[in-house]
Amino acid sequence: MFTQYIFHFLSVMALFSAVMMLASKKPIHSVLFLTLTFFAIAGHYVLLNAQFLAVVHVIVYAGAIMVLFLFTVMLLNLNKDERSPKPMWVNIMAFIAGGMLMLTLIGIFRGYEIRSLQDPMTTQIGLVKNLGKVLYHDYLVPFELSSVLFLTAMVGAVLLGKKEQL
Amino acid sequence: MKSLTNRSKVVSNKQMTFWERIYFPAILNGMRITFGHLFRRKATVQYPEATREFSDIYRGKHVLKRDDEGRERCTSCGLCAVACPAEAITMVSAERKPGEEHLYREEKYAAVYEINMLRCIFCGDCEEACPKEAIFLTKELVKSEYQREKFIYGKDELVESPDPAKRVDVSKRQTKEVLEFKKDKRYKHNK
Amino acid sequence: MVTQIIYKTLLASFILVLSLLVAMYSTLIERKVAGWFQDRHGPNRAGPWGLLQPLADGVKLFFKEEFMPGSADKLLYILGPSLTMFVALLTSAVIPWGPDLVINGTAYPMQVADVNIGILFVFAILSIGVYGIMIGGWASNNKYALLGAVRASSQMISYELAMSLSIITIVMMTGSLSMREIVAQQQGFSWNIFYQPLGFLIFLICAFAETNRSPFDLPECETELVGGYHTEYSSMKLGFYLFAEYINMFISGAVMATLFLGGYHFPGLDKLGLSPNVFAFVSFMVLFTKITFFGFIYMWIRWTLPRFRYDQLMKLGWKSLIPLAILNVVITGVVILLNQ
Repeated sequence: MFTQYIFHFLSVMALFSAVMMLASKKPIHSVLFLTLTFFAIAGHYVLLNAQFLAVVHVIVYAGAIMVLFLFTVMLLNLNKDERSPKPMWVNIMAFIAGGMLMLTLIGIFRGYEIRSLQDPMTTQIGLVKNLGKVLYHDYLVPFELSSVLFLTAMVGAVLLGKKEQL
Repeated sequence: MKSLTNRSKVVSNKQMTFWERIYFPAILNGMRITFGHLFRRKATVQYPEATREFSDIYRGKHVLKRDDEGRERCTSCGLCAVACPAEAITMVSAERKPGEEHLYREEKYAAVYEINMLRCIFCGDCEEACPKEAIFLTKELVKSEYQREKFIYGKDELVESPDPAKRVDVSKRQTKEVLEFKKDKRYKHNK
Repeated sequence: MVTQIIYKTLLASFILVLSLLVAMYSTLIERKVAGWFQDRHGPNRAGPWGLLQPLADGVKLFFKEEFMPGSADKLLYILGPSLTMFVALLTSAVIPWGPDLVINGTAYPMQVADVNIGILFVFAILSIGVYGIMIGGWASNNKYALLGAVRASSQMISYELAMSLSIITIVMMTGSLSMREIVAQQQGFSWNIFYQPLGFLIFLICAFAETNRSPFDLPECETELVGGYHTEYSSMKLGFYLFAEYINMFISGAVMATLFLGGYHFPGLDKLGLSPNVFAFVSFMVLFTKITFFGFIYMWIRWTLPRFRYDQLMKLGWKSLIPLAILNVVITGVVILLNQ
């Protein structure tokens, strides 16, 4: 099938750029590879007929968050020799935290049984209309709660950004 | 202190009104003004096809005039060189030999007459200083060159051709006052 | 199926060529209009009325020396202009260029992709449009270029917010995110601009900022930053950056015409009883005229207003446009609720 080739291509692209993000020496390259990963994942959403999710993914992650990352990295202009060497305990902590995440993931996939998936083209759950109905009927309270959370975060950011001490 | 021109404005730091602060009326007014310029007559002269009209008394390259019989008018008095504020004019005078009466009008003439066009500011003082009406500025422009030396124009480039058809017409430059002045009997030799 | 694919490919290449042609001639028109605004003639030497001027400019750009700073990041330096060009051409896919063409009884829509999230697609493209400028500016390894890139990104992020907020009112009124649906609802003279004048104004201002056009051309502000983000670029790479700006102008004009000025609709046009294909062509020309009108407004504003200072730009975006856009959303919501 044609879509299968696209799926393989996107998966390879996502994995490759994710690895390259970790492996590349320059921080800017890492940021750009991460952006590429996001695009690959957005492609996967399109394959699942979730166009809304795909576009919002691109707008939010690639368009806003990664631009801010890029912005910061560019302004700081981190170079390899300027980075201060990290103390040993940070590395150990990072190793433990990452290892625990990996163990959790392995645990999840071990207990995961492969169900036969519904064809996304027939359910059309990823389209705006259906998604909106689900969000505003079944999950109205969590949705509103999360928007309140965002508002709080915004107010907090403004407060932190103010120069004078409170 | 009273101002001389009455054009000065007192600076005030007044707050802008709300209407001024939203800027839109000002922007629209600006757009109206620029739009009006779309249909204005263009100031450009399309050079190779059309040339800008020169004034009749434009002060361009100099010419050393001959009189009606084709004799050089210049008598090498040096008044032009004295008048020149940029000191662009030099000359070497010589005495007219017998048999050269058809070449030079007076007994003394300029053997060498040079104007440095890079120094010249085209003020026209030489023209005014000349008692013999020998030097005039013309509508012609000084050509561009690659070497500085070439801008020192000698007699070969300044003196007009003896051919009556190729004479430089300077009648426009002679204003009414000049013509009136020439009518005086003392100057009739200058015809 | 196969004919559909062939048709879509043809349409996409037609729009591609059209965008490039329009961008080419926009450079000439821009210079002409600039001349007229300043009581000059503008370029008129290359061909009649200067019609060959874009070709001459293109040839000049192609034959210029390809220069790359020694300390530049080679890959990203090339990626920057290519990405800018690519992204600039991408938006045209979701714009409905006209009503359906009818060939052999089958209707062919004059739209490359009728996705049901057309507007969001436009915004997604807009938000990644800044990458080309940022990457190019950073990869040049030049402080002017970097400053230009930083300015471009912060400006685009700031104005994207107000832009999306001004569009939400349109979505609220139409109840659809599809460009095709939005155009269909503006049939006749019920253009969105009459219902959403404030939204249109905010969108127009934001469109100026998003395309980096004057008075928001701080990223390439020549008085402060030499050439801004493309300081270190030469030859056709520079050409790509300059070209992308004009394509962006064209496409943003198309988006504005589609969202606010009724797209390809013109009152009374559908009552003339034209045959479908002629009707489609005339409608397309109507849309094109509207886009040209916006292009002229871009140039008109450019030669009227001076450039903003950076703090004025941020103040306008965050303190004026975003509150106004939110106010517009609230008012529209109340009106829709009352009319139900």
